[in-house]
Amino acid sequence: MAKIFVVAEHRDGRLKKSTFELLGASAAAGHETHAILLGEGVAELAKELAHYGAQKVHLVQDPALKLYSAEAYAKAVVSVLKGASPDIVLASHTPTGRDFMPRVAARMGAGLASDCVQVSLDGGRLAARRPVYAGKAIVEVEFIGSGVQMATVRANALGVPKPDTSKTAEILTASADLSGLKTKVLEVVKGASGRPDVTEASIVVSGGRSLKSADNFKMIEDVADVLGGAVGASRAAVDAGYRPHRDQVGQTGKVVSPTLYIACGISGAIQHLAGMRTSKVIVAINTDAEAPIFQVADYGIVGDIFAIVPQLKEEFRKIKEH
Amino acid sequence: MNIFVCIKQVPDTETKIKLNATSSGIDPAGIKWILSTYDEYAVEEALRLREKNPGSTVTVLSAGPARVIESIRTALAMGADNGIHIDLPETADNNSIAKALAGALKKEAKVDLVFTGKEALDDSAAQVSQLLAEYLDAACVTVVLGVEYGPAGVKARREVEGGAVEVIEASFPVIIAAQKGLNEPRYASLPNIMKAKKKEVKALKAADVGVSDADQKIRYKNFQLPPPKQAGKKIAGDPATQAKELVRLLHEEAKVV
Repeated sequence: MAKIFVVAEHRDGRLKKSTFELLGASAAAGHETHAILLGEGVAELAKELAHYGAQKVHLVQDPALKLYSAEAYAKAVVSVLKGASPDIVLASHTPTGRDFMPRVAARMGAGLASDCVQVSLDGGRLAARRPVYAGKAIVEVEFIGSGVQMATVRANALGVPKPDTSKTAEILTASADLSGLKTKVLEVVKGASGRPDVTEASIVVSGGRSLKSADNFKMIEDVADVLGGAVGASRAAVDAGYRPHRDQVGQTGKVVSPTLYIACGISGAIQHLAGMRTSKVIVAINTDAEAPIFQVADYGIVGDIFAIVPQLKEEFRKIKEH
Repeated sequence: MNIFVCIKQVPDTETKIKLNATSSGIDPAGIKWILSTYDEYAVEEALRLREKNPGSTVTVLSAGPARVIESIRTALAMGADNGIHIDLPETADNNSIAKALAGALKKEAKVDLVFTGKEALDDSAAQVSQLLAEYLDAACVTVVLGVEYGPAGVKARREVEGGAVEVIEASFPVIIAAQKGLNEPRYASLPNIMKAKKKEVKALKAADVGVSDADQKIRYKNFQLPPPKQAGKKIAGDPATQAKELVRLLHEEAKVV
């Protein structure tokens, strides 16, 4: 049995489901599962961590942790890990996890496997596989030496376990010296959409240049909203100014692995396929029957997105209302 | 100001990746190597900062095998003043690379700003900028969309999830990891390409920058190509029928909605 530490992530007072994935995988493999919970006024969240498998929750509360910063997070995580003899430390490969974990690894002298899509915790050693060249190849990560192993894991890679609300965790309050920070978060300007981030959503609906305008992306947004999904875009659509770069899926944008990826009017350039081919189920809708996107699609419709997508929204709505 | 840019050379994103005979890496045959896309924004930002601060210098660093000198020259052709190449093996991990870059930067008299791309387009680990911050004991802001430069530091806008932006203040020295949208990188002009050939690229070895085998923490092995997908189902009919049938299949067969 290994001692596994999961750094919990939360935003706007809610824990991320990617945190539950990590806790669930650790607990299911029978390991001593610890969660590290950082912030200010976040003690309540410890209960939910327990429901998903945390046996112990290390709680660090400090005004310097109210707004996320890589430096403060790294210092607080390391203050918990030092002396706790961890075997494995996990975080989600989110904009937050990928930011602070290299600092934790440096401070602990540990190896860090980033953006893992397959993780095994059998036998108390971390075995991880990750994409390289934006998913054009997959590699196994070998940790050199027998020290602590660290990884960030891609959202949706492990699956969210069923919570057990009867479970409780031991809460261990810890403190960290967070003086002398070199960066200061002045403010966080919220995004307007209210939709999940394209890298974290379990459903992504994407549009390409054949949408012809930014306004026409409304029909893509409508489908995404019916499904509670995120909106993605091809590079061509982003370069044409139809969507902001943060929505771009592909090698020079975001790499995503949702449960369902719906590509509307996207031909499937090699860089785009690299960014979404690990999605569990792929749907392609395109007028060109020869488009490369159909080579990776589980379900394909050769046809006009302007005729099909609005119908699709209605059909999804019917199913969601049932 | 003493401005530095850390860059990486990666296969062109058009490249079809093939594996070598032992699956211990990719087959280098036929690969066109380029300056990693996000690093172009880093180089551009450094050049713009130098233009606003006469007397400043822009030095480009890269750690890797000899081929990476070509990408240092690309950055020099964009307008950087000089380069530093640290010779590391092809298989060096992010930790070794960050240690090497930090070792080279520590030899410099003064470091005000270090620009990097937000990630490199080969392993996309996004580790080096934050590791560098640890090893240099410097501030770091990643995924940066915009920077205001002050006399003692910066105010940077950092992209987080769902379109949210964090505004972060940091004092020099600071590491800025560039996101697309930070600027529009320039093309190298022919005269600048010629000039770049004559600019100095200092050569350093791993031992010169204090890097040893012990700094290698991970290694990639057992490379595999993604499994080919089975041919999918094509759904025929008029748009209404196609939409209805697709949703039925996603609900009943794939069980994803």
